[in-house]
Amino acid sequence: MTRRLGFFLLLAPLVLWLGLLIIIPHIDMALVSLRARTGPGEYAPSLQNYGDFFTQPLYLMTFARTAIMSVLATLITLIIGFPISYYIAKIARGRSQASLFLLCLIPFWVSELVRTFGWIILLRETGVISNMLQWAGLADQPVEMLYNDAAMMLGLVYTSMLFMVVPLTTTLESLDDAVIEAGYDLGGNGFSVLREIVIPHAMPGIVSGCIVVFMLSLGNYLTPTMLGGKDSLWFTQLIYSQFIVRFNWELGAAFGFCLLGASSLIVWGMLRLSGQTLERTMGEGA
Amino acid sequence: MTPKSYLTCTVALLVLAAPAHADTLRLLTWGGYAPDAVIEKFEEATGHTVEVTLSNNEEMVAKLRATGGGGFDLAQPSQDRIAGPQAEFGIYKPIDMSKIDTAQITPSMLEATKANTTVDGDVYGVPHVWGTSGLIVNAAEAGSVADYTDLCNEDLMGKVTYRLKRPTLIGFAFAMGLDPFAAYGDTAAYQDILDQVEAKLVECKPVVKAYWSGGDELINLMRSGETVAAMAWDTGGWKLNTDNPDINFVAPASGALGWVDTFVLPAQGRADDAAYDWINFVMQPEIAAMITEEAGNFTASQGADEFVNDALKAQYQTSFPPEAVDNIRWYPPVPAEIERIEGETLDRVQAAS
Repeated sequence: MTRRLGFFLLLAPLVLWLGLLIIIPHIDMALVSLRARTGPGEYAPSLQNYGDFFTQPLYLMTFARTAIMSVLATLITLIIGFPISYYIAKIARGRSQASLFLLCLIPFWVSELVRTFGWIILLRETGVISNMLQWAGLADQPVEMLYNDAAMMLGLVYTSMLFMVVPLTTTLESLDDAVIEAGYDLGGNGFSVLREIVIPHAMPGIVSGCIVVFMLSLGNYLTPTMLGGKDSLWFTQLIYSQFIVRFNWELGAAFGFCLLGASSLIVWGMLRLSGQTLERTMGEGA
Repeated sequence: MTPKSYLTCTVALLVLAAPAHADTLRLLTWGGYAPDAVIEKFEEATGHTVEVTLSNNEEMVAKLRATGGGGFDLAQPSQDRIAGPQAEFGIYKPIDMSKIDTAQITPSMLEATKANTTVDGDVYGVPHVWGTSGLIVNAAEAGSVADYTDLCNEDLMGKVTYRLKRPTLIGFAFAMGLDPFAAYGDTAAYQDILDQVEAKLVECKPVVKAYWSGGDELINLMRSGETVAAMAWDTGGWKLNTDNPDINFVAPASGALGWVDTFVLPAQGRADDAAYDWINFVMQPEIAAMITEEAGNFTASQGADEFVNDALKAQYQTSFPPEAVDNIRWYPPVPAEIERIEGETLDRVQAAS
């Protein structure tokens, strides 16, 4: 009896957390998304909001753009993050290993807002990089590097780098050096060892890193708003403006659920494609 | 000290130390509308304490909507954001005019605000601060800009910034010779105006460097010289003028757009007396002048102009010769449906390339 009481007491914070902060608000949002305004202060149940999402090309295009850019950001993060993680896990030793890991962590001690402002100071037309290029004679007039998709991509990759490096380093550390040596002994070259031994072993880490980075990019609001240009509409900005600027909670809530559904679908697709399961990646990776 | 005993002590202190009707006034307002010096004087004079939360029009309405009009005792949305949200969400409560010292308020503004904020015979708003939006121009580099549509001039390529919000739609419509305010009641006619403005804004897009979203961002863009013409509030222009005499606010040929920020009582406010005290306190000419110096905008307080410093007065007179004042177009209340279709237009402009 006391054991069961203990079990329930331990479970209580989790249940309260999920119930009060996740499940109940989501049920409320679902109800809001399933009604439409019929007159001042009057609402009727309707699927119109979801209909709007699927019939307005603007919303679908914005969503597709956001999803594709997020996938791209995830791939770039992986390509940059993999060698870094490999170096930290396999090549660096002892103290330098720890300090390298710490270096990856340090930028995350300041808030995301401050980090993004840092990029603005660097990239703007009257900013640090533009002035340095002019001083070095590489440019004869101010160079604008802010307010475009490349700047936004840079911000997204920078923001999510840590979430790729940590799971990758952990899985790569668990790879026995002897296995890599055996690969070479059996006549493999650098590329085939990487392809046949390292990547298959690191797969759970790669997938879990990709899932986290993808979700973070898809749901990012700050970076696209601050670094993105005049054409860069991000899906979260649409949701924000429906709720705050347009007072149209119904459509905003429907957008929220569409984002939730579509991102879940994409993650499921990624897992199927890579032949991984959620239990395996989350269990080993994080 | 545990939270509970701390609470008990605070309550005990409040009960013992405070005069008879001391309340906490939770004020939802704009930056600059409640300077510390004014709050200090008010707390000294009345014994109330003031908690300030800074916000903007859309967030004020969104916050009050989320709580059903609770959490604050006094809010300051613009006069065009009162009748619509009140009819839709019921987030305000009527103002008891007998508790307001109306002699302190410029009569024409009081009447105009009353008319614009009346729902079912009850008045919901009292005017406080007013100002305009128009153009900020760096005369040395973009002297040709005299109206909103001039922001599309090819020779300003990459040197222009404006917000992607409803004032931009309205301003461009007026500059294109249309009258959006007259079409407020007719959704189809309004959609027609919006379509023309949308085409113009999409055509202008290459000229724009960035759509600014916060006052600081705009000031930085103009001050650094990265942009030379912008659509923005008058105070931003005057602020920049203090640093660089070439830059100033210009009332556009088709008319600056005039806004009035008001006082409203949220539906579930708990300290109405403190709220009335605050309104009557800050509308005194000397206090109103302090707010003008902090916020940069003039108030509806009668006779406060005399107390404002000469630099600000001079900037105001340069930007607003008498005929420009007569030409100001005051925002009428926004119908909810209009706001929705405007939103779709703005989204399409942002997404277009």
